[in-house]
Amino acid sequence: MTLEELDQIAESVRAENAKFDHEINVCMGTGCLSQHSDKLRDALTTAVSASGKRAFVRRTGCMGLCAAGPLVLVDPEETLYQHVKADNAEAVVNSLGGQPVASLQCDLREHFDQQVHVVLENSGHIDPEKIDDYIARDGYRALLTAITDMTPNGVVHQITASGLRGRGGGGYPTGLKWGTVAKATGDLKYVICNGDEGDPGAFMDRSVLESDPQRVIEGMAIAAYAVGASKGYIYVRAEYPLAVARLTAALRDARRRGLLGNNIGNTAFNFDVEIRLGAGAFVCGEETALIASIEGKRGTPRPRPPYPAVSGLWGRPTLINNVETFANIAPIIRNGGKWFASMGSARSKGTKVFALTGKITNTGLVEVPMGIKLREIIEVIGGGVPDGHTFKAVQTGGPSGGCLPAEMLDIGVSYDALVAVGSIMGSGGMIVMDDTSCMVNVARFFIEFCMTESCGKCIPCRAGTAQMHTLLTRICDGSGTMADLELLVDLCATVKETSLCGLGQTAPNPVLSTLRYFKNEYIEHIVHKRCPAGVCNIAGATAAIEAPEEVLA
Amino acid sequence: MSESVGVKTLLIDGQEVSARAGQTILEVAKENDIYIPTLCHLDGLTDVGACRLCVVEIKGNNKLFPACVTSVFEGMEVTTDTERLKKHRRTILELLFAERNHVCSVCVANGHCDLQAMAQEQGLTHVRLPYRNPELTVDASHERFTVDHNRCILCTRCVRVCAEIEGAHVWDVMGRGINSIVITDLHEDWGKSSCTRCGKCVQVCPTGALFDKSKIGSDHPKYPDFLPYLNQMREAQ
Repeated sequence: MTLEELDQIAESVRAENAKFDHEINVCMGTGCLSQHSDKLRDALTTAVSASGKRAFVRRTGCMGLCAAGPLVLVDPEETLYQHVKADNAEAVVNSLGGQPVASLQCDLREHFDQQVHVVLENSGHIDPEKIDDYIARDGYRALLTAITDMTPNGVVHQITASGLRGRGGGGYPTGLKWGTVAKATGDLKYVICNGDEGDPGAFMDRSVLESDPQRVIEGMAIAAYAVGASKGYIYVRAEYPLAVARLTAALRDARRRGLLGNNIGNTAFNFDVEIRLGAGAFVCGEETALIASIEGKRGTPRPRPPYPAVSGLWGRPTLINNVETFANIAPIIRNGGKWFASMGSARSKGTKVFALTGKITNTGLVEVPMGIKLREIIEVIGGGVPDGHTFKAVQTGGPSGGCLPAEMLDIGVSYDALVAVGSIMGSGGMIVMDDTSCMVNVARFFIEFCMTESCGKCIPCRAGTAQMHTLLTRICDGSGTMADLELLVDLCATVKETSLCGLGQTAPNPVLSTLRYFKNEYIEHIVHKRCPAGVCNIAGATAAIEAPEEVLA
Repeated sequence: MSESVGVKTLLIDGQEVSARAGQTILEVAKENDIYIPTLCHLDGLTDVGACRLCVVEIKGNNKLFPACVTSVFEGMEVTTDTERLKKHRRTILELLFAERNHVCSVCVANGHCDLQAMAQEQGLTHVRLPYRNPELTVDASHERFTVDHNRCILCTRCVRVCAEIEGAHVWDVMGRGINSIVITDLHEDWGKSSCTRCGKCVQVCPTGALFDKSKIGSDHPKYPDFLPYLNQMREAQ
């Protein structure tokens, strides 16, 4: 496969598409599939052949606005239809070339206008199981350019210049990581894609893998060339069957096209990728636990250093990046690091995909430039809190992150800004809560999650999260005391500072951030035996107890 | 000292010490009679950094580092007994005592228990945390030994000694988080497992979780010191 051959494939795809007047794109991501978009596609196909119109029905990945699914996008008119049922297929097809079906039309300009699609640029526009669709949208140009025109060092340099930071949550500079692995000595190196997305309410990686799997594979191949690796693994949860199926198909197609395997692009570069299924342990998203799991061992983390960049999979230098990080690579190589660095804030470049869930009108997947205000994401893109309720808090970063109140909505979204206010960027889950959520209960929910997902290796995380859960349960059911609260704060410090891996080190964050911004709710539960949000069932609450002045202050 | 011979000089608690490159803080501290508390560490076994009692502070970094798995570097300044560290150590011990059913007065290891000794040494006088009082089993199916999960602290010394020294890998950990327990083979009775009856696991167990059936009362000292000697003899061959 050469660049010329890529052009030929792209040309033939365009010629094929030109035979049709209209393209009907049907979202077949997990969200829309759950609303039977597969039946809708069949109905559309039938309706098109019955109508005799020159239209083409295409299966695509996620279009983003999951709350309004199933979604249908008609090109070239760019008409977006929402909540389309199989019964509506004829109406949609009949309207082609005329006035769109007004009752189905989705007009959410403000939702889409604020977004910048880099990672998601192909999502909703290509068939994820057709490699040629991907190639027609500049797919694999970056890989072939890199291996034929660039040195490995030159590739690392572009990534460094882009300012890209790890999208899995830690925000480690990607270029620096690649440079470290490239410099590590070893005859065999590995590239691993971390697709073990486990945060409650997060589905960015799943959507990327379902909508544009080739993009991730291309990113991995470029990374392999840059660091000198010849073997890659994609570690993906077995709970994502659609993503696994599409990845499997994508790998097969890439091998057939000669874009994986030996002598890629007629060069000496060899690279192939295998899929490894995770059994659903949250801790396996931690890189050393993930590596242990790929090796066939129990998925528990080990102390770092040595970092995987020096001694990773089977003791070899290993580059491990998140799905979204790899999805950013191809456009950086195509457009240059400077182009990427022109987007975003001072120390957080580019765009970030967020999974917007909870009490929000436009649930779904959004991609925004770094530095955008939280308020814009929630109130403009997300459409605000529905049903006349008021916004109370937003949880970023999943169980490792924090809950931010309304006063914090004007901060710009970046790695450093979120850490400064007691939360983290995380992998991109964003859960919005309204006045019907009790923050103590929310903290308990996340601690319960960490407790059940702790691997049990180190004491602070294993026993500490369990004790924190006990104390929070006491507070929720009205039997908590101020001494319990003090103990909880003490435990937070020990678990945070002494745990072995990131799971334990960040597990107290939801407690600490709710204590920082919603301490009055804890006091209400403990002293006045009432839950302000009316969530906790404080049955037979005893009389109010005296609290020491200094604690209330 | 030059870099070429791989010697590092560092400060531990203000004391100047020298070390070979690649040595851990704990090894260097031991060589220089500087005490760092440990539970899961045992000379002769690989370190896993699980108990977190050996955490120390390194100047210039706000994080805490487990001394058993952190390698020394030139000019490192280590502190091993600040108030912050002592507080964390006591909390970790509290977590251990509240996690399962540690009743010293009826334990075969009373007076010979690493956990008990550590609590006394760290000045742990009471446990503030609610006791979890889990219902755990005792497996006495083995003809010579018994495992009492109530007293296990999941240090995994038994798992490591069985896999690394005896080479049998009978012990392993099952379950996740607070529900983890050590098991023999694929969770079979110890007596029916592929155990070689060598008894190393009993000798390295820091508490009364693994004990010899022939011992009664609190007459059960343990002798894990054979490990470094055994390793040395094997390497010499």
